[in-house]
Amino acid sequence: MAGEVPNLEASKLTALVVDDNFVNQSVHHKLLDRLGIKNDVVSNGQEAVDVHCSGRNYDLILMDMDMPIMNGIQATRRLREMGIESKIAGVTTRAEEEEVKEFMEAGLNDFQEKPLTISKLVSILHNLEFYVQT
Amino acid sequence: MLGLGVDRLQADINRLLTSLFHQGVLDEQFLQLQQLQDETSPTFVYDVINIYFDESEKLLRSLRLLLMDREFSDYKKIGLHLNQLVGSSSSIGARRVRNVCVAFRSASELNNRPGCLRGLEVVEHEYHYLKNMMHELFQLEQQRLLAAGVRYPM
Repeated sequence: MAGEVPNLEASKLTALVVDDNFVNQSVHHKLLDRLGIKNDVVSNGQEAVDVHCSGRNYDLILMDMDMPIMNGIQATRRLREMGIESKIAGVTTRAEEEEVKEFMEAGLNDFQEKPLTISKLVSILHNLEFYVQT
Repeated sequence: MLGLGVDRLQADINRLLTSLFHQGVLDEQFLQLQQLQDETSPTFVYDVINIYFDESEKLLRSLRLLLMDREFSDYKKIGLHLNQLVGSSSSIGARRVRNVCVAFRSASELNNRPGCLRGLEVVEHEYHYLKNMMHELFQLEQQRLLAAGVRYPM
């Protein structure tokens, strides 16, 4: 497994994990770490907006859908309205077609069903052209 | 002699994990957690599972309080709690807990109070079984580390 995991440290990619669940925060943070992607973690959509208002910017945002205060759909829409062009990948346990459609239409670049794994994350990076799979 | 102790403990760990996978208590996502554990986070699995226990117990307590209330009608809140449990259970590979939470969530979406009460009992039962098994696993891991430490003194 270790031989198949790309190391993207040299690419200096940065990511933001947006999820209210502490288990998911830990797992997603570690998955990104393992790929060599420096990342921050926030607990809801409002915090994601606030961190961008403070001047931070990220190449990739992993956005959960169901969160308190501001959910992933609202946060994605808001970030796009703010002119944030980061790639945003929605990650959620909810995969009903209508919900995914609404999430995508809010401004996502990609979508993955939880639980996230190394291979799903690599797939996101490939789909968003951060990484070319050989 | 000490080496045999380490080997025996490793065999016990493997047997327990095989059994848990065979029963469907755990799925391949648990292997993903193990693969994420490395020298920079040598207790990653233990740490994440304990976060899961803390979060889940708060959610289960809240679910029980909501459903025990005679005036209860907030099925949306039940659904939100269950989304959390489904999400975190699937993230650690707790397949059976995840599946019974999904069934419970279906009852809440139909505003079916008896169904929710049954669902809660089943979730509590599966959760406590998982917790007991994880404690057994961690105890064996700890014994194995101690035995290995005795065998290879610094």
